[in-house]
Amino acid sequence: MKKHLLSAGDLTRDDAELVLATAAEMRALADRPIKKLPALRGRTVVNMFFEDSTRTRMSFEAAAKRLSADVINFAAKGSSLSKGESLKDTALTLEAMGADAVVVRHWASGAPHNLANAGWSTSSVVNAGDGTHEHPTQALLDAFTMTRHLGDLDGRRIAIVGDVLHSRVARSNALLLQTLGAEVTLVAPPTLFPLGVETWGVQTSYDLDAVLPKADAVMMLRVQRERMNASYFPSVREYSRRYGLDARRMGALQDHTIVMHPGPMIRGMEITADVADSERSVIVEQVTNGVAVRMAVLYLLLGGSEPAVSTSSTNEGDEENNA
Amino acid sequence: MSRYLLKKARILGGEATDIYLEDGRIFAIGSDLAVADAIAPEVEVIDATGLIALPGLVDLHTHLREPGREDAETVDTGTQAAALGGFTAVHAMANTDPVADTAGVVEQVWRLGREAGHCDVFPVGAVTVGLKGEQLAELGAMADSAARVRVFSDDGKCVADPVLMRRALEYVKAFDGVVAQHAQEPRLTEDAQMNEGELSGRLGLRGWPAVAEEAIIARDCLLAAHVGSRLHVCHLSTAGSVEIVRWAKSKGWNVTAEACPHHLLLTDELAATYDPIYKVNPPLRTAADVEAVRAGLADGTIDIVATDHAPHPHEDKDCEWQAAAFGMLGLETALSIVQATMVDTGALTWADVAERMSYAPARIGRLEDHGRPLAEGEPANVVLYDPAVTRTVEASEMASLSRNTPYAGMELPGRVVATFLRGRPTVLDGKLA
Ligand SMILES: [Zn+2]
Repeated sequence: MKKHLLSAGDLTRDDAELVLATAAEMRALADRPIKKLPALRGRTVVNMFFEDSTRTRMSFEAAAKRLSADVINFAAKGSSLSKGESLKDTALTLEAMGADAVVVRHWASGAPHNLANAGWSTSSVVNAGDGTHEHPTQALLDAFTMTRHLGDLDGRRIAIVGDVLHSRVARSNALLLQTLGAEVTLVAPPTLFPLGVETWGVQTSYDLDAVLPKADAVMMLRVQRERMNASYFPSVREYSRRYGLDARRMGALQDHTIVMHPGPMIRGMEITADVADSERSVIVEQVTNGVAVRMAVLYLLLGGSEPAVSTSSTNEGDEENNA
Repeated sequence: MSRYLLKKARILGGEATDIYLEDGRIFAIGSDLAVADAIAPEVEVIDATGLIALPGLVDLHTHLREPGREDAETVDTGTQAAALGGFTAVHAMANTDPVADTAGVVEQVWRLGREAGHCDVFPVGAVTVGLKGEQLAELGAMADSAARVRVFSDDGKCVADPVLMRRALEYVKAFDGVVAQHAQEPRLTEDAQMNEGELSGRLGLRGWPAVAEEAIIARDCLLAAHVGSRLHVCHLSTAGSVEIVRWAKSKGWNVTAEACPHHLLLTDELAATYDPIYKVNPPLRTAADVEAVRAGLADGTIDIVATDHAPHPHEDKDCEWQAAAFGMLGLETALSIVQATMVDTGALTWADVAERMSYAPARIGRLEDHGRPLAEGEPANVVLYDPAVTRTVEASEMASLSRNTPYAGMELPGRVVATFLRGRPTVLDGKLA
């Protein structure tokens, strides 16, 4: 793997499969009485959050702690209008504190690239969601969750439904799932597709009902109500009617098809409560898997010197190659 | 009093000849000019072998930042940069603080230019009070002031209100003024960060669509035709804009347009670095747009090259893309980029360069003593340029107070060797004189 994880597109198929395999080992650990590994003892992981996201921060924090890393949390609010804490100054401060990895969540697309490339920091940078750009660990945990239910993703059909235009989850998933051999279909009203989406190598559709029967997994994206005010769609009711996943539509799915959502959900908007709580829903499992996947990412980026899990068969040569 | 004999200069790239400057004028042009013994000691002889002589360049679009942002640029440093780039006249945009929307502010800028003395500064007056797009500024007072303003622009902002734009176009006819429009439909570009296209979608940066520029240009061309006034289109950047201006000209309408050096060379691909040094407004466009802008400049659809020199302090560029300021330096690299993109490619001759970078911008700005041919009796505004050398751009070596050049580390052809403003050197041996 590269030194940083900035984009899901940075991962080769081998990289991605290594993360998923390592995550599986980490996941197995969750079922044991002692959930901590010494792998990153003495290493420091900094969570730098310039945008609120309690769940993502907690997930990374749990991941780092289970690998025995020291964790520093830094939160700053801001936006392009009220710049607030400068990314650069914060990076310099944390650099002085000896961070080995910086997990960064930022409202500005590209902020993790700046952190990795502007010479402000020598740490490994993990993109924990930047603006409307990418969220690669979310894509990894989604892929991990899918493989647990569907097995190999080669040729599997994945539908991603909702506000593609503003979704970093959609971008990262489109990249990673293709790397893993899946066939991705993005579904949205035309207003919520970015220009040029036809060059992403994915299928696109405006018609959810046409896509659902063929899908092996359906991922619903959050749609903010405020988008209505900017005329992306006329009303919540119309959006739900055309693009929401309700019990009727769920009936069109194949038996094995799973329903996913990166959270936080807006029940009644893009997904109804009965679907979110149904047997097909793996939404809660996505959260659990998030910790395992982030453990794997931190472990691989920081090149843990010992095998991640003592009982595993991981050999050291592999680790060196992939550190 | 300064007297200069420029030996073996190639006027507009033609045959080598001598040019003698005296009294602020081009006194004589000819081969093997000899100077009378009596004045010989007072004459500075410059060997211009291999150098091209061009009329002093005129920039219709410069941000000098003074008053208000003297941390980014001052009239003094900005005009030093201009002189080093071969300019003898620049038009200082109105988006200062306070805004140049009164006779007082334009006279202040004009006076600062005279005091600095590196090149003539012609202030641009704001079209609307405070650039707010609500109410016409006192255009007549600025026109009648010592600064003799003829170019009016809210640059940085678009005069979006069609009624206000119509009135401005009509009103400036009284003093032969021109409205220079920053064509950007504001609703279509809210929080826009880069060219809207395949790449903006991938990068998750909000798009600045070509249509937001083209729609305003089309509207303004129609308005200018309707009221019979002069329109100038600032920093045209898209293939569609070239088509619209070409169409307007074919109708015989009084429309002129400018292109910036960066839109002749750089493309939106650079945004993939997320390095805000490439953030500019209007944004860098696609390679197809660059080709169309070059073609438009070559066939005369685009009348001039203007720099849109936009200095910003380091901290406004050393940050996240979305938080960074729009704009890039341009004065000290403009001629080299025009050489690289237009002359070395065979699209323009040096005579064409004189037209696009001196005569035409002076005509649009209604300047009398700039943009004149290199001929006996004309004002001695002359640039000596060496097209044969290449140089590596060093941001730290620029005269501008700011460092936001997108060309740092790039190898560019050509170098300004000397600039004369009314017979007095402002640059000699490539350095400020
Ligand atoms: Zn402008």
